[in-house]
Amino acid sequence: MNRLDLAEVSIARLPPGKPLFAPVTLTIAAGEVATLLGPSGIGKSTLLAFVGGHLGHGWQAKGRVTLNGRDVTHMRADRRRIGILFQDAVLFPHLSVGDNLAFGLTATLRGRDQRRKVIEAALEQAGLAGFHDRDPATLSGGQKARAALMRALLADPQALLLDEPFSKLDPELRADVRSFVFDHARARSIPVLMVTHDPDDAEAAGGPLIRLIAPKE
Amino acid sequence: MTSGQRATADGRALRLSVLALVLAGLVLPILAGLWETAAVAFGHLPAIGVHGPSLAAFHELIALPGFARSLMLTVWSGLASTLLALMLAFVTLASLHDRAALIWARRMITPILAAPHAALALGLAFLLAPSGWIARALSPWATGWVAPPDLATVNDPLALALILGLTMKELPFFLLVGLVALTQIPAAHLIAQGRSMGYGWGQVWFWLIAPQLYRLIRLPVYVVLAFALSNVDMALILGPTNPPTLAAAANRWLFSADTRFLLPGAAAALTLAVIAAGAIGLCIAAERATALIGLFLLRRGHRGPQGGTAGAIGMLSAALLVGLALLALAGLGLWSVTWRWTFPAALPESWSLHQWMTQNAGWHDALATTLLIGTAATLISLTLAILWLEAEDRGHFTRARWAEALIYLPLLIPQIAFLYGLNVTLLRAGFMPGLGPVIWAHVLFTFPYVMIALSDPWRALDPRLACTAAALGASPNRVLAAIKLPCMLAPILTAAAIGFAVSVAQYVPTLFIGAGRITTLTTEAVTLASGADRRIAGTYGILQAVLPLLAYATALCLPPLLFRNRLGMIGGAR
Repeated sequence: MNRLDLAEVSIARLPPGKPLFAPVTLTIAAGEVATLLGPSGIGKSTLLAFVGGHLGHGWQAKGRVTLNGRDVTHMRADRRRIGILFQDAVLFPHLSVGDNLAFGLTATLRGRDQRRKVIEAALEQAGLAGFHDRDPATLSGGQKARAALMRALLADPQALLLDEPFSKLDPELRADVRSFVFDHARARSIPVLMVTHDPDDAEAAGGPLIRLIAPKE
Repeated sequence: MTSGQRATADGRALRLSVLALVLAGLVLPILAGLWETAAVAFGHLPAIGVHGPSLAAFHELIALPGFARSLMLTVWSGLASTLLALMLAFVTLASLHDRAALIWARRMITPILAAPHAALALGLAFLLAPSGWIARALSPWATGWVAPPDLATVNDPLALALILGLTMKELPFFLLVGLVALTQIPAAHLIAQGRSMGYGWGQVWFWLIAPQLYRLIRLPVYVVLAFALSNVDMALILGPTNPPTLAAAANRWLFSADTRFLLPGAAAALTLAVIAAGAIGLCIAAERATALIGLFLLRRGHRGPQGGTAGAIGMLSAALLVGLALLALAGLGLWSVTWRWTFPAALPESWSLHQWMTQNAGWHDALATTLLIGTAATLISLTLAILWLEAEDRGHFTRARWAEALIYLPLLIPQIAFLYGLNVTLLRAGFMPGLGPVIWAHVLFTFPYVMIALSDPWRALDPRLACTAAALGASPNRVLAAIKLPCMLAPILTAAAIGFAVSVAQYVPTLFIGAGRITTLTTEAVTLASGADRRIAGTYGILQAVLPLLAYATALCLPPLLFRNRLGMIGGAR
């Protein structure tokens, strides 16, 4: 079973300063959606970036990240198999919707027709049937969010990071997209770590709540 | 322990290789060239049997007739043109606050930005000469001239034509870098703030915006200053002849058949480097003084006028210069299709495509060579720049100040000061003058411009695109090839066009490293400038001006065409 573990993780800005938050240890089981809470500026998104391997220069991180027993702490982002969704869908602007999904679809699936079939099926699941050749810029906010999730899932991730993924959506769309994302993650037994400011998101996630607190003096 | 250690290690290796390449290929040769020029200037050139060090060359240089005047002309034309262009650019930027006018102005200056100095100088000479287009247009009805008057309107002893040409070429450059820098300053808010406190428009601009703007364009100002002081091709076409500016004189001596002139020539080239350094120092001192005086005045809280009249005069002068430059380029085109055009007719009396249709015309080869050198130099520069920027991305580096200085180095040292020595070094190392060394010499100057043009857009690319792609399992190479490069197509093409334009314009590198044996449109245009047949010179000149413009047009038109079905790439294409 998939499972994401953080052991004693703390992050400090370089040159060595105070850690952003008290060390975090947590386990997220398969299909579980854990929510990161805490005041703004405490480093929720930074922690997410660390888990995904996207942390830039100028940070010092301690602790370990293990995915299914595999230590990924020092692994390159593209080898971790941890998907990420941002506030904006970040669809690649120069590729069609279908090609965005094709970019995500794992290379282990071979054969042009086979790949196309999987992409069409994913589009259909996202309510985007017939959108293969569409310009991503012409999609609505909800459509973009669903396309981005499908793209992330086609890469066959073993964990998923959500960085305030629903905060830019209209209120009426938000619940739809949210349950769409959570349902898919659960169906695939993927552990999910989410950063949000919206209590509704945390409640809908129904998983553990992790509150980042300032480190002890 | 730093996260993503592997990524940093990857980036470090890439950055070290790029840095090694830039150091070995660009910086060291420049320093070696400068060293060799200095050695010759101090009397050390075993090839002609002199051994230094001695100050003989400098004594000779000072004793040469006209040296003092050459020196004065150099300083005068360099400082005056740079200051004039900078002032006009600031006044124009302050007065142009209408968006539509800005877009229009940008369109108007593009052909001048694209045109090489030599083409513009040639066109201006055709315009200003006693037998030029202006005199023809006014004769005989207004002037009464039926034959070209005996006036020194070009190559005048006070270097006024040269100053006009340099100002004309540098004003659009300052306007462009100023417009780019202005996007980083919240100008509208600052103006609203200042005006609400009772300051006039012009005052607000010069108290609040100009200091911030100047700080952002300082390096380009130094580049222009160093160039104006040491420029050879414009000085040969427009500048005084007897004596010429120091750069033109050094060029003449270093290419003289008489080897006795080599030592004073090198001394003159080295003097130019000292003058450029001194001028930049002077510039920095003037910056400080201006800041002090400005603060003194500012603290008195004096509310002044709007400054509308000064703005109008400045803008009118700028518009006049831009108009004159465009007319100069048009004149080149006109001469290239002229068959017969006698004084004082305002337009050619008979037209001909003879220059263009002639089989085996000289310009065919020059055009092919120019294209070859320009394309190769641009591709090399672009590859280096992309590797450099990608290394910064992968290692999560921010650029150090010394690295930025490294990029600007070739633009701040007078070309002639190190290219002569570089050629000596190359010959000694056994490299024969030819296309390869010339292409490489062009890269010394195209790389900095390509790098400068590409850096800001590259950093402005949404970093989440690369993060997302990596999270989908794409390797750094795949992220570069499949995401970054396509998303950066527009700025890459723009940088390429700028690099190409810079290459087409190079005169001194082609001449020195090619040992005068490589013929490009620019070297031919300069040679033909003093010739009798304006039709041939006009053909070279207009080709020289149009070639970079075509590159600019391609860079502008290709991305929207390729991405016509991708709104996200066109509207906010960055």
